[in-house]
Amino acid sequence: MTAILKRELSSYFRSATAYVVMGVYFFFSGLFFYLYCFRANSTNLSYVYANMFYIIMFIIPIIAMKTFSEEKRQKTDQALLTSPTSLTEIVLGKFLGAFILYSICCSIFLLYAVVISFFAQPQWSVVLCTFLGILLLGGSFIAINVFISALTESMIVAAVAGMAIGLIIDMMTYFISMISITWIADLLGKINFINYYQNFTYGVLSIVDVVFFLSVTAMFLFFTVRILEKRRWS
Amino acid sequence: MVEVQNLTKRYGNIKAVDNISFSVEPGVILGFLGPNGAGKSTTMNIITGYISSTSGTVTIDGCDILDNPKQAKAKIGYLPEIPPLYIDMTVRKYLEFMFDLKRVKLPKDKHIAEVMRLVHITGMEGRLIKNLSKGYKQRVGFAQALLGNPPVLILDEPTVGLDPKQIIEIRNLIRSLGKKHTVIFSSHVLSEVSEICDRVIVIAKGKIVADAKTDELAATLSNNLKLSLIIEGASSAVIAELKKIPNVKSVKKLREFSGNSAKYTVDYQKDTDIRRDVFNAMSRIECPILEMQSGNESLEEMFLRLTKEKGGKSDDSNS
Repeated sequence: MTAILKRELSSYFRSATAYVVMGVYFFFSGLFFYLYCFRANSTNLSYVYANMFYIIMFIIPIIAMKTFSEEKRQKTDQALLTSPTSLTEIVLGKFLGAFILYSICCSIFLLYAVVISFFAQPQWSVVLCTFLGILLLGGSFIAINVFISALTESMIVAAVAGMAIGLIIDMMTYFISMISITWIADLLGKINFINYYQNFTYGVLSIVDVVFFLSVTAMFLFFTVRILEKRRWS
Repeated sequence: MVEVQNLTKRYGNIKAVDNISFSVEPGVILGFLGPNGAGKSTTMNIITGYISSTSGTVTIDGCDILDNPKQAKAKIGYLPEIPPLYIDMTVRKYLEFMFDLKRVKLPKDKHIAEVMRLVHITGMEGRLIKNLSKGYKQRVGFAQALLGNPPVLILDEPTVGLDPKQIIEIRNLIRSLGKKHTVIFSSHVLSEVSEICDRVIVIAKGKIVADAKTDELAATLSNNLKLSLIIEGASSAVIAELKKIPNVKSVKKLREFSGNSAKYTVDYQKDTDIRRDVFNAMSRIECPILEMQSGNESLEEMFLRLTKEKGGKSDDSNS
């Protein structure tokens, strides 16, 4: 697993991917930081990250699109699958590689909190809670995109499909408001990512939210393993 | 060392591999021979655990590839048809990655240097794989398969697309590796297989059509002997007369020469001699024999006949 994790990380940093992703992430989070904190004369960081939700949904497909699609296209999956490494280790290695790059992007958030602390004491509970929320949200969305990448041989298809799903997740609240059948609306409300993520940005750490994101992550990583397993059998 | 039993792989209704069984002893170089799409790659992919079989078992040195995948895979070095190279890595970084991935327990730097020397890529450490020529890529793929000194080496068409000098080098390498490893090696070039291998399995349409020691292959498989003739005279009369000779199986006219002569080949029954009969027959119809040459069916022709007869029509799609 560590071999795959190391290769994934060095592959991000050898290509432009890591730098483009980090650039975009830092630009937009900086923009929101300026708009919602400096312009608004506020020390409240929660708006910054409520908005970063939308950016994250576009960035993560770019990070995760290559994970399995490119291996399959270049036939390098033959090296992975015929090595004495289990599928679970391969999937976890790939996932963690993407997750670490994402975490590096997110760590800028802590820097903003430090900047704020020069002007006023930030609510550290809110800051840390939001940070945890960002990581958990990102983790689950990375898992979804790794799964999509395992379904296709084209990283473009993987990225577009991932972004489409990201948009649907973004707009879930609007979709739900349009549905008049109560039980469907209730059901969709239960899988609405924003509902769970927002609690973190308010500084509320609830076990339900944490478990939701962790189980989405675990579920999609498990699906990825199954997809790879299925491909060997068909 | 390698035991394959009743291996079958279906893709829908198509049987890519159809009930194949064989076993390979340690220190043997086994050639896997067949036309494109015969099921060579599929079989190798199953042996290495890349894909699974529909039914049948593969055992590597006592470890079942499905029940004990980690132990079994650790004993195999695999060079697929397309070497699994990460083209954005340098040769050195790639080999280090494969070393870690395979969990090799040997001293890292020393072992990698040794493998690189073996496949003649010392000095290429810092090059990006995408900038290497096809021959060098193939060698890096080879190096990757050799990491950890696995007792079994599986090489899928390792010489395809290389220039003649490289082909000879790779062949020599395989031959030298065969002293320490069990090698299964596929090719559709018969001369290559007969040159390197101790044993040959001919496969067509997913079935084994011949399995013999290389030097016995010709003797066991050939049913026919062949006579090549240049005869002067009307070819219809010549063919008709040749066909009347006992034990003759078929007569073919190959091409005509100026001066009313033509070249014929005659296939006839093994353990007989028709040369005198041919001479007498031709002198009877007053058609002089200008040239007569006897020879066995060549390995190439035999291969074609075998894969056609027993396997049916071969197609070009690779599996």
